[in-house]
Amino acid sequence: MNKRFKLSSLFALLLVTALALSGCNTFSGTSGGGGKQVLNLVELQEPPNLDSAKSTDTVSATLLNNIMEGLYRVGKDGNPVLGIAAAAPQVSPDKKTYTFKLRDAKWSDGKPVTAHDFEYAWKRALDPKTASEYAYILYPVKNAEAFNMGKAKADDVGVKALDDKTLQVTLEQPIPYFLDLLTFPAYLPQRQDIVEKFGEKYALEAKNMVYDGPFVLTSWVHNQSFSVKKNDNYWDKNTVKLQQVNWQIVKDGGTQINLYNTGKLDFTYLPTEFTAKYKNNKDVFNIKESSSWYLEMNQTEKLFQNPKIREAIGLAIDKKTLTDKVEQNGSIPAGGIVPPSIKASGFDDKKKYREVNQDKVQYDPAKAKQLWQEGLKELGMTQDQVPPIHILGDDTTGAKKDLAYLQDQLQRNLGAKIVIDSVPFKERLERGKHQQFDLLYSGWNADYNDPMTFLDLFTSDNSFNRGKWSNKEFDELIAKSKQNPDFKQRFNDLTKAEQILINDHGIVPLYYRTRLGLKQPKIKDWYWNSIGFEYSLKWTYIEE
Amino acid sequence: MLKYTLSRLGYMVVTLWVIVTITFFLMHLLPGTQLKNEEKLPPEIREQIIASYGLDKPLMVQYGLFLEKLVQGDLGNSMNLDGRSVTDLILQGFPASALIGIQGVIFGVIIGLALGIIAALRRGTWVDNLSTVIAIAGVSVPSFVAAGLLSFWVGVKWGILPVAGWESWEYSILPSLALSFFVISQMARYVRSEMVEVLDQDYMKTAKAKGLKRSAIVVRHAMRNALIPAITVLGPLTINIITGSVVVEQIFNIPGDGKYFVDSITTNDYTMIMGITIFYAILFIVAIFLVDLLYGVIDPRIRIASAKE
Repeated sequence: MNKRFKLSSLFALLLVTALALSGCNTFSGTSGGGGKQVLNLVELQEPPNLDSAKSTDTVSATLLNNIMEGLYRVGKDGNPVLGIAAAAPQVSPDKKTYTFKLRDAKWSDGKPVTAHDFEYAWKRALDPKTASEYAYILYPVKNAEAFNMGKAKADDVGVKALDDKTLQVTLEQPIPYFLDLLTFPAYLPQRQDIVEKFGEKYALEAKNMVYDGPFVLTSWVHNQSFSVKKNDNYWDKNTVKLQQVNWQIVKDGGTQINLYNTGKLDFTYLPTEFTAKYKNNKDVFNIKESSSWYLEMNQTEKLFQNPKIREAIGLAIDKKTLTDKVEQNGSIPAGGIVPPSIKASGFDDKKKYREVNQDKVQYDPAKAKQLWQEGLKELGMTQDQVPPIHILGDDTTGAKKDLAYLQDQLQRNLGAKIVIDSVPFKERLERGKHQQFDLLYSGWNADYNDPMTFLDLFTSDNSFNRGKWSNKEFDELIAKSKQNPDFKQRFNDLTKAEQILINDHGIVPLYYRTRLGLKQPKIKDWYWNSIGFEYSLKWTYIEE
Repeated sequence: MLKYTLSRLGYMVVTLWVIVTITFFLMHLLPGTQLKNEEKLPPEIREQIIASYGLDKPLMVQYGLFLEKLVQGDLGNSMNLDGRSVTDLILQGFPASALIGIQGVIFGVIIGLALGIIAALRRGTWVDNLSTVIAIAGVSVPSFVAAGLLSFWVGVKWGILPVAGWESWEYSILPSLALSFFVISQMARYVRSEMVEVLDQDYMKTAKAKGLKRSAIVVRHAMRNALIPAITVLGPLTINIITGSVVVEQIFNIPGDGKYFVDSITTNDYTMIMGITIFYAILFIVAIFLVDLLYGVIDPRIRIASAKE
């Protein structure tokens, strides 16, 4: 054989491989699709798992919210509305026992949704064998925590199907936000026969599960796309207008924008790099989050034990410039810890906590300077004796910009030397946990719709209280509120607790985070949610 | 030849073992855990879940178990995408990565070869300078810049080809082009410098004196010699490209394997880190082996040398 021939045959082999690859089933697109009530959306990552007992991430939670339904679902105004529950539950006088009647609802395979499906699913999520990372959201249920930790039996857990249509739930303590919790993935029903049939592969493919929500999952091309269509077995199917919704999984911000601009997507998140460019675009909208960002001050150090020093740090930072000029993503300057999306539970469910308790954003560089000097004097220090102050934060582009701004503010207004420690997220958690910082730039996302999810972080023994701020009265108020059946009093106590935290400068509130997105104006009634999952498509339609 | 091949195979296994072992222990030095909700998890549950991954055992035991499974060809399930087999995930993504990679190499080799040869034949003229500029640009412009520009101009502004996605063959053109820039420049550089050297050799004068046509001289005598270094780089380069480019795949939203290189590390997905490392290492080692064999085809001197051994 000619040698030259051998070489060219090698090349030919490459060519043939390429052709073969493009010929076989390499391509698998589902995007697009005409039709009127069809929506094309984007997600930033693959849903890792649609098993409601195990899912922890927002992508799965959002999808589950639209293909599944629990006793309650989040309504248009963010408050829970009836789902599989036929009517509001009977609640015992001690507010610990709830009895739900179920409506006649069906799974996508035609079988009825029963109270047993709920009992099975909740206990499964709590079973230590399931090793669920989000099981603790079920802890308000009696003995849930004990069972999850292996210290109680499944039968001890306070959820019981009295018959096919009646579910009785017993709680550890009375809480005002239990109906809100019922909208979370872990509280969704599951079919024992289906879960057992697919075992480890349950909910890892579209065909490996059944649905009781407004839509059913029809395709799931891993790492690429997924689609749902209207569920004809859904009890409230007349309300659902969208016929089909397609999601493409797109990680790159620039690519998302390109796809949006070429009409391949009807919606995209607005990546940080593009906020300045699209600020005035008519398609921009605000995506609310229940996310609060603040500075923690390491109070195992003498410097930060001084309240004047802590107050000075708070007053030295201009939060409005931080949100409007540095972040430019619609975030709101903060004067407290509870973000505006949290409701005034117990006081008035139709109102938001921040409407009742308005916060005051503070910034006063002159006073900050003065307090700083006084504080140093009390500590017997001069400005030169103050060691460089290390501020710890994430290493994302956004966080780095914020840290640089905070550094500049504190150096300019206090004359202190500030060093930025910008580290990966996991490293930040690790160092925070061991008080390896002077100032910690941290944030918290709500676990449930109640001020408690933010306030109990700062009790003396909470591991998330990384600055180790401690206040006896605050601790007592939180402890009392955790078991107070008088929800109005509870609300007042929590309000008071927040005031103590702020007035004693336990933290420096910075801002309540929001994000921006772009969406086609033809999309109507698209309701976004700020806790757990992102949006409901049950009521959404496309204006023709 | 058989003996040579067998001993090379032995070395390949040892190399793979060394790579696997180093990666295994380095990986366990990564901060953090596999937990997605680590920050909020009660410590007792945290331990429960860590134990469910078998990560509570001493490191050497884990290493032993891992090797035992590896020998049986079992790479385990991903820790990030629960329940999905690492082997399946890698094999699902590979065709897409391989397709744009191979096309990138093909585009790159054809264009690079042509550029290199023309530059060498027209040494010192504007053609040569232009080829040098292209080569330098190809090396110094990172593929994500090229990918971004291609996607924006060809996709968004001119609307000729799809912006991103993976629905039909058209979707693979831009990413392949983006990947080919580096190949073009590498090929052009190596081929040019080798050609220049070869063209000055005495046997070229002999060939000319024999009265051979210029095209015959270039193709049969000069090019074959000039290809040796090019082939050396082509093997690893091809593997590098077909196993998936993280950024190019991300920009064009291609469901390939590239993402696992980064994602597996940021999520501490130990099984995926090992899986992708082993996959990549095997391809790489085999490619180097094939390149060594190819030398013999192109350069008889190497074949003789190994025969004498």
